[in-house]
Amino acid sequence: MASEEASGGSRRSRREPEGRVPRQDKYSVLLPTYNERENLPLIVWLLVRSFSESGINYEIIIIDDGSPDGTRDVAEQLERIYGSDTILLRPREKKLGLGTAYIHGMKHATGNYIIIMDADLSHHPKFIPEFIRKQKEGNFDIVSGTRYKGNGGVYGWDLKRKIISRGANFITQILLRPGASDLTGSFRLYRKEVLQKLIENCVSKGYVFQMEMIVRARQLNYTIGEVPISFVDRVYGESKLGGNEIVSFLKGLLTLFATT
Amino acid sequence: MTKLAQWLWGLALLGCTWAALATGALGLELPPSCREVLWPLPAYLLVAAGCYALGTVGYRVDTFHDCEDAARELQSQIREARADLARRGLRF
Repeated sequence: MASEEASGGSRRSRREPEGRVPRQDKYSVLLPTYNERENLPLIVWLLVRSFSESGINYEIIIIDDGSPDGTRDVAEQLERIYGSDTILLRPREKKLGLGTAYIHGMKHATGNYIIIMDADLSHHPKFIPEFIRKQKEGNFDIVSGTRYKGNGGVYGWDLKRKIISRGANFITQILLRPGASDLTGSFRLYRKEVLQKLIENCVSKGYVFQMEMIVRARQLNYTIGEVPISFVDRVYGESKLGGNEIVSFLKGLLTLFATT
Repeated sequence: MTKLAQWLWGLALLGCTWAALATGALGLELPPSCREVLWPLPAYLLVAAGCYALGTVGYRVDTFHDCEDAARELQSQIREARADLARRGLRF
């Protein structure tokens, strides 16, 4: 724990407010959930294990949007098992947007870094210590998990899905030149104040929202580091990527192209 | 300047340069062989760009890493997690 303090404190960015020097870095994981009764205990178990094994100071904030399948009940059981210092339940009444879920979660976050990820086991917590290491290495404002570089990759996608994914990413890179290889990914580590600033500035929804965060981050001159991750898609078989999603992606992309 | 504006400026610049050279508007006496190449140049570049795009996307799809190990590891960790959580009193 002491080593984290030494390396984090001396290279703390100028964005820290005067007079408040955190003793130690703390990482708040925001988990927005909707109908994740099956997966929530598993993702929490994996998170607890990854953090405990690395001796990292953390908390997990579960933001459930009134799931009808009993996710909240499972979340309460997890809070009893792991303690309310580790698991914070901050639910909402009904399904609202992802951006507002992050804002809601951040209000209750006591960490100075925020980790966002999917709760459906497509993102594996084992990468979080790597994100943290990368962040310290380059003093980055954001560390983004990428499926497209290094030994990053995906499991469970057929040829059609891969073509759409790579094609969309290619167009995005040409049009936006974002300086990050995976724009639609949602497995990221942010400095808390950076995430707050970005959410204030973003207007889109869905995965265009994730893209816009990176684009705005570049505009605001935040630094972005990347870590290859593996994305295990167990949902793709049930929810094919429909024409609607592709159309709304293109609309979002063109909007960003024309306005940033 | 937005990305769209950058593209428009870039295309306008290249377009004007090409038009000026190809139509001899600047009064430059280019050899006929040069002019022969210059006229269809935009079309050639478009086709070349298309080929580059297809080639790049094709290559990237082909080398898209399939994380078999990650999936297997996840499966076994799920089993471990369920057992451990059941021990700790979680009712699924």
